[in-house]
Amino acid sequence: MQRKEWPLWEVFVRSKQGLEHKHCGSLHAADAQQALHMARDVYTRRQEGVSIWVVPSAAITASAPEEKHELFDPMADKIYRHPTFYQLPDEVNHM
Amino acid sequence: MRPASTDRFPLARTAALQYVLRLADNALILGQRNAEWCGHGPVLEEDIALANISLDLIGQARLLYSRAGALEGELTGQAPQEDDYAYWRDEREFRNWTLLELPHSGPLAGPARTGRDYAVTIARNFLYSALMVELWTRLQASSDAGLAAIAAKSLNEARYHLHHAGGWMVRLGDGTELSHQRMQRAVDHLLPYMNECFEADAVEQEAAAQGVGVLAADVRAAWDATVDATLAEATLQRPAPTGFRSTGKHGVHSEHMSYLLGEMQGLARAYPGASW
Repeated sequence: MQRKEWPLWEVFVRSKQGLEHKHCGSLHAADAQQALHMARDVYTRRQEGVSIWVVPSAAITASAPEEKHELFDPMADKIYRHPTFYQLPDEVNHM
Repeated sequence: MRPASTDRFPLARTAALQYVLRLADNALILGQRNAEWCGHGPVLEEDIALANISLDLIGQARLLYSRAGALEGELTGQAPQEDDYAYWRDEREFRNWTLLELPHSGPLAGPARTGRDYAVTIARNFLYSALMVELWTRLQASSDAGLAAIAAKSLNEARYHLHHAGGWMVRLGDGTELSHQRMQRAVDHLLPYMNECFEADAVEQEAAAQGVGVLAADVRAAWDATVDATLAEATLQRPAPTGFRSTGKHGVHSEHMSYLLGEMQGLARAYPGASW
């Protein structure tokens, strides 16, 4: 017997003080409106937020953990990419 | 412990108290019924949703019982506590609408635990919330300041309950053939119990005359509009009106009430005065 599961949605909540929506979990729902209501019920019980985004998990493309080294290690030895690497002369130091 | 009877006072002096107690009993009993799904919900998210709704209702009941206690204190000099109203009154003293004490199953079911039907839960929450949204809106202008404040808070909660139940009415009604059948049966079963809500008795008339309460009959048209719109979207039929009148608000309850109270009050009565 084939079980039909509702699609999975990722939930992002923005708190009153925050500027960005943070990922806080996932849930199963039949459609977007229902996912929103369920996210409100499941993930904002303790006043966690004032805004909710729900995104079908299938719409999210994530980087693979195995590729972590080749994607991110080369940045470690390129400190000249940080603004703090540069010494500004006094005359223009108030940037 | 047990609130004394206020029958010896004339209606003009007890109407506000009785009106508030009816609202409180409604909220408590429906809160109790919704809580029965805790741990048994059809899916995890709905389990939490119903628990949230139940907590909202119990919170409303607490505020209303507190207000009632204050009103009764002004009348008799003895202000009962919330727990006194909830745990120490007997069946005949509860004045909730019969609709709210019904188990989550159809008309021919036996004791409360057999065959819980989610459609009945949803249809009941929908019919009740649709009415309470209208009542709370108008009760914000109640001449009783305490009740007006409670109305303002409860209105937001009722709006959410209405969205929740309304959404499910449409999804189940306009769903599979099985969900449609079960939802139609639930609506057919529950709608006649709403007749009780719209027939005002002496207490409601007096409370409305004093500006404390609102007659449900005055919001009937708005309620009908909400119900009809949702039923239409859910492809459900509205059953023909009947003369059936339940009598819960007069203290004459269905056969289910005593079981509900037994479960709700049993622990408190076994250990009087105990605290958590």
